[in-house]
Amino acid sequence: MDETKRYERLLTRLKDGDINRRTFLTVLGAAGVTAGITGGPMGMLTRNALAATPEQVRFDGWGGVVSEAFEKYAFAPYTEKTGIKVVSGTFGGADEYIARVKAGQPGEFNLAHLSGVFDYARYHGLELTSELNEANIPNLKNVIPGLIEPLRKITGGTISAVPYDYGTTGIAYNRKYISDDEAKAKGAKLMVDEAYKGKIGGWGEWKTRVWYGALQSDQDPNAIKDIDAVWDMIRAHRDLALKYWSSGAELMSLLAEEEIYVTEGWSGRIKALQDQGHDIGYHDPKGGLGWQECLFVLRGSPMAACEELLNFMLEPEVAIAVAEGQSYPPALDPQKVELGKVIPTLPAFDPSGTLKELSFFDPAYWNENEADWSKTFSRVQRGY
Amino acid sequence: MAADVAGARRTPWVLLSPSLATISLLLIIPMMFIVVYSFWLRTATGADQVGFYLDNWIEVLGDRFYRDILFQTFAIAFYTTVICALVGYIPAYFVANTPMKSKTFLLLMLMLPFWISYIIRTMSWINILGTSGALNTLMISLGIIDEPIQMLYNQTTVILGLVHYLLPFMILNVYVSLDGIDKNLTEAAKSLGCTGWQAFREVTLPLSFPGLAAGSLLCFVLAAGTYITPIVLGGPRDAMFANLVFEAIVTQLNWPLGSALSLVLLALLGALVVIYTRYLGVDQIAKSFK
Repeated sequence: MDETKRYERLLTRLKDGDINRRTFLTVLGAAGVTAGITGGPMGMLTRNALAATPEQVRFDGWGGVVSEAFEKYAFAPYTEKTGIKVVSGTFGGADEYIARVKAGQPGEFNLAHLSGVFDYARYHGLELTSELNEANIPNLKNVIPGLIEPLRKITGGTISAVPYDYGTTGIAYNRKYISDDEAKAKGAKLMVDEAYKGKIGGWGEWKTRVWYGALQSDQDPNAIKDIDAVWDMIRAHRDLALKYWSSGAELMSLLAEEEIYVTEGWSGRIKALQDQGHDIGYHDPKGGLGWQECLFVLRGSPMAACEELLNFMLEPEVAIAVAEGQSYPPALDPQKVELGKVIPTLPAFDPSGTLKELSFFDPAYWNENEADWSKTFSRVQRGY
Repeated sequence: MAADVAGARRTPWVLLSPSLATISLLLIIPMMFIVVYSFWLRTATGADQVGFYLDNWIEVLGDRFYRDILFQTFAIAFYTTVICALVGYIPAYFVANTPMKSKTFLLLMLMLPFWISYIIRTMSWINILGTSGALNTLMISLGIIDEPIQMLYNQTTVILGLVHYLLPFMILNVYVSLDGIDKNLTEAAKSLGCTGWQAFREVTLPLSFPGLAAGSLLCFVLAAGTYITPIVLGGPRDAMFANLVFEAIVTQLNWPLGSALSLVLLALLGALVVIYTRYLGVDQIAKSFK
């Protein structure tokens, strides 16, 4: 139940004479003591009050080059223009962030740079979605429609986030040891090649492991027929791998230091490595994993201020600058917006704006299996 | 007269009340929340289903997977503790028997690692043991090896990282114990015909045992509860029980299962402390802190 309504009802009962002033204050005082322990309803009321006239909004993102780009190209100019400060935080992964949000109060966290449709559906399942007033975000018209529609489907026609960028999780390999031809020929199976035992890495996230396990067992990741074959592939990869990485920084370090020669990797991070002079190749295998990232507004946030920030961040100059900074193509439709010279050179960029070449997580399918597969992966990872 | 007696009875409780309130608010009540949580269930959406269900407990207590990881955790914690005790005793002995002026400096050196984040200290091993790290670079430049040796991301490096983290705790505990030993006792043993080694074995070592025991208990409990070290320095299979708690709560968003898991770890470590104090005595362990 909405705690604010609970207090409004209490106040109404006082006004109606159903309870006396002493009882009202006693209940409120008891709630205050409880809030001191649990951060419960009183804390929520405080934050809601703050959210009504915000001097600041909180934004959480992935850190590293991505957050640096946001800070430099979006938040600083936004604060200068509106006077609203953007308090920036980081998280190591979507799971970690959702746990923090679940432990927090409505209004404590406002905006987040989340992975696309799968997490969007999870947040909706936890009743954490808000409803954006699209009239306040005129720049939304420039966004690729194919990125917005999956969000609308989940939240019944409205949206709680705006798509912001997209990328792929493809195969990254050290060209000193693995040629482009070999990477293309072997595709996803390069990561279960015994020739590279002890020099293989992988993201220790169950979704990516299951997706690549499906590709390695020649199955459609969005319609897996033989899940045991997928777990077998994950076991094979586990036994050949040196390390499961858990952040973009760790991925870059493992490749740059030549601890590993091949892993799947995020297109923008690999581009950043290439720009630093490392001879790292990148290949999206057939059925490779595409994803979109969105700027998500959580329930209980100051909506007008958040919508204004979203519109500001979707301004072509800002979105392009951020995209160049983080090396992921923006969600802006290349058919509607001139994206400059750099964006078309970024990995995963689709000049058609349809993104039909990429495969995305089917949110309904993956959410349905999330509880079972995430738990099983935890066991398989440990040798089971 | 009666009022005086009542007042005298009340005084200890009044004096204790700030401590009791703090412990209740920060320890007992949150712990009760965790106990309550462990009987809830996680729904398909990740939300919690309130109620009284034994499913989590049946799973945690009946599943071999959790027992195996628990055994692995205690094995790692045991190896870490033994290494800390063996490696830590020597510097503690050295510091305790050093003249006072140098002792202050050496104690300061012992404290220094605490000023650096545990995560940073753990990650420093990547720069030391990595294929492009200091050790491999040195050995290649000296011609000892031609190719870098893969030293990172296995159980050995996890134990190494834990020893690095916990060694100061062991040294300080043993040092406090050694420092409290009357030096005349050793001299007396020697004057009665003991060799230096015999005096150490028969006098110093037994008297320093409370410190060694306290340090071992601290190292074991802290090692068994860690989850950062396996993430940073472990391979795909290397995990400790706290990693399962982390995964249940953060990755799977299954707070009820995570609560049950954390209570199991708490209960086992608590039982260890009880057994420890039963056989060694609280007063013996407390001696090292006097």
